[in-house]
Formats: sequence, C-alpha cells, structure tokens
Amino acid sequence: MAELLKKERDFVLPGDELVKSMDYLPGKNAYREGDSVYAKRLGIVSLSNRVVSVIPLNSGYMPKAGDMVIGTVEEIQSNGWIVDIKAPYSAYLPLSGVREFIDTSKIALSTVYDIGDLLYAKVNMANSGSVHLSMQDPRSRKFRGGRIVKINPAKVPRLIGKMGSMITLIKDRTGCRISVGQNGLVWVDGERDDVAAQAVDMIERDSFHEGLTDRVAALVGGGPVPKQGDNYDKTQTKG
Amino acid sequence: MTKLKRKDNRKADVIRPISIQVGVIPNANGSAMVSIGRTTAIAAVYGPRELHPRRLQIANKGVLRTIYSMLPFSVDERIRPGPSRRSSEICKVTRQALEPALYLEEFPKATIDVYINILQADAGTRTAGINAASAALADAGIPMRDLVGSMAAGKIGDDIVLDLEGKEEEETDCDLPVAYMPNSKKITLLQFDGDMPPADVKKVVKLAIKGCEIMYEKQKEALRDKWVGAQKK
Repeated sequence: MAELLKKERDFVLPGDELVKSMDYLPGKNAYREGDSVYAKRLGIVSLSNRVVSVIPLNSGYMPKAGDMVIGTVEEIQSNGWIVDIKAPYSAYLPLSGVREFIDTSKIALSTVYDIGDLLYAKVNMANSGSVHLSMQDPRSRKFRGGRIVKINPAKVPRLIGKMGSMITLIKDRTGCRISVGQNGLVWVDGERDDVAAQAVDMIERDSFHEGLTDRVAALVGGGPVPKQGDNYDKTQTKG
Repeated sequence: MTKLKRKDNRKADVIRPISIQVGVIPNANGSAMVSIGRTTAIAAVYGPRELHPRRLQIANKGVLRTIYSMLPFSVDERIRPGPSRRSSEICKVTRQALEPALYLEEFPKATIDVYINILQADAGTRTAGINAASAALADAGIPMRDLVGSMAAGKIGDDIVLDLEGKEEEETDCDLPVAYMPNSKKITLLQFDGDMPPADVKKVVKLAIKGCEIMYEKQKEALRDKWVGAQKK
C-alpha cells in the first residue's frame, strides 16, 4: 500500500501522519482528519488488517471494565469501601461486590477489608469518572504478605506477554506467586521475590528490546526458553 | 529588510540557538526543558489525576491547568515569587494555546496539571513555556491532536524580525507571540498590544508561523531522541 506512511513498529509522536487513505481505519490512539489518519499519542505503530493504531509507550492508567487491578483500601463507608487504584478516579467497592453475604448490623466492614488492605479486584463498571469494583471474580483476593512492584501501565501487556508467556516464565522459574494489575501494580510473593521483582523492573525498562525473553530467562535462571518468537506483537496489547 | 543589524548579528528570520531536552524531571509523568538563547523554560506534566476541589470538575471532559511562574533569579532584578498580574495572564493564554491540541474528553472529571517555570528570562518566555509544555504533554503520553509550536515575531524600525531577544524587545512595542498547530494549520495563540499597519501584521504573523514550525520540528526531534534513544540503549 503506497498510502502507508509508517511501518509496523515505527516510533510516532502525536500529530504524525500514519496513513493518507480512506482505506484504513483509525484504531486505538489514532484519529482521522480529512483523508489521513494521525497518531494521538507517543508510541509504536501497530497494523492489523486495515486498522492502524498506536501502542503507547507511556501512559497513566484509565480504568476499563473487566480489568484486574491492585488497590489499597482508602476509606470505609456504610455500604462499601473506597479503593485507591492509582487512576484519576478512586474506585468504589460496594457490599454487593463481595462474594459472601455481610450483615452490616452484625459485623463491622473493617473486619472484612480494613483501611490499608491490598486487594486484587475486578473493574466491574467504569464510565465518566465513576469506577465500581467487584471481588466476585475467582482471581480476586486480599493480599497477605508479599511485595508490590510499580511499573508503567503501558508496559503491563509486555509483562504479561503473548498468552501470558512472559509472566508464566517468571512465575515458573522463580517459584513466586505473582499477580499483575492492569493499573501497573504487580504483587510478588515467594522465596526469590527479589529476582522476580528485578525481572519485572527489567521488562519495564527494556520492554521494546529484541530478545527480551532471553534476557529475562538469563536473569531468573533455568536455561534458555524454547523458541516461539518473542517479538513484540499486537496480540499482547489485548486487555 | 536590508541594512538590519541585530544585537547578536542574527539574520531577521533566524531564531536564537535552540535546545530542547525531554524527560528532565523523572518524578513527573512528562517533562521538558526548552532553551531559546538566554531564555529557559522547564515544564512538568502531572496527570491525568483526580481533581480537587470537586466543584472544579467537569462532568464530560477533563480540565487542563497551567501554572506559569518566573523564578526569582530569572531576571536581573529579583522577582517576587508567587502569582502576579502578568503571570496569571500568561497561565491563561498558555492554557488556551494548549487546550485545542488535547483530547480532554478522554479524561472526564480529571485534571492534567502543567507546571511551567522560567529559569532565566530574556524575552519570549511564554513561547518557550508553551514549547516546553507541548513537548512535556507528549512525553507524558497524553492524547493530542498535534504538538503546539510557539514563537514570536515583531518589528524593529522597519524590519520584520523573528524571535526578539530582551534588548530588542525593549526598543519596540511590536512583539507578537504566536502558537500554532501545523497539521491543522490552526493558530492557538496570538497576542499583540503594540501598533502596526495591518499589512505588516500579516507579514509578522507569517514569519512567526515559520518560527512555530521550526520549534515544532525541534520538539519532535527531542522527543524522538529520548524515546528512540532509550529503545536502542
């Protein structure tokens, strides 16, 4: 296609023209103006069929329904909890979002989740500034022990990898339990949590390097990874 | 425009030496420092983040807040720190120069805070501030239609010149700052309080836009340096 002005994986800035044609559609972080599609954000071009989008290299977290996030309980209200999820909005976890029935006349809410507790919760609803969480997803839980590593939310898809390949690699090789929040918080617990945390940091720092999987494998030990192609791929940006 | 002799031997349509550095404040979500001659502006972007007090929130879009201030040591005579009549005006025009470039509707109720500080001033601080803020916003990964380039042009005697420096600005009241988005060819800032025939205004604006385009390219270069450089390392 002659109209394509940028290649897959090219670095672009806001306002860079990506395509000069009506044959392409603007995807995520791209917009159409007249005949052309432009980038909305600093990032890397991703093409799939006739959709051009930009994978951001730096971004804050914007809550999206279905995301798993890590947050701290900030405040207890009469019917739920306010949770800080490192987003522009604080999230609300209503009583109805908790798995078990709680009779508020008999138990104080603080015995369920107290201020300062770390939760792994699902974003149930997120629209125009109001975010509701739920603990009903089977993955949801309250963390006990472990440590938190903070990364840029834009790098979360890379940390997870294609079909979870990267995170399984770290989990298997270090024997740590790891939970990744889409908001850029990662919970790590286990004997070798320092190695796992280093691996997470490395992925954040070197997310767009070639052969990242091999370098992570070298760090966590256990020999090279069987080749399956570890190039950055658009399938990783799902979710 | 023949026998013009500028203070620093520049040609009429030449900008002072420009240097832009992106990512100078690691604590901020995005940052940039812009030097144009002896004018230096530093901008830090925080957000999108929660906006308090809540009455300032807008239900269907985000809010851009720009805080411009000159540091006490930025000019020969100490400036009293804190807001002044002049700095409040510059905050407002800077905000209005940047707002059209941003997709604020993607952050309902939230705020994006841009702090602009002038480290040293030698005319053209608002334009340097806008350039720094634009690069810092892009660095922070804020969705934008385009970057905003900004530059002033004016008239000294009969000559139309680009990027007036401090001493030149003292000689004339014809200094016209412009901010410009090259993709959509839209002007987002245009201030002028001197007096000039309409024909000259057109010429000055045209020259200033040329300057804006240069600043726009310089911003892109600096952003690419930081991000592409980081990938290769």
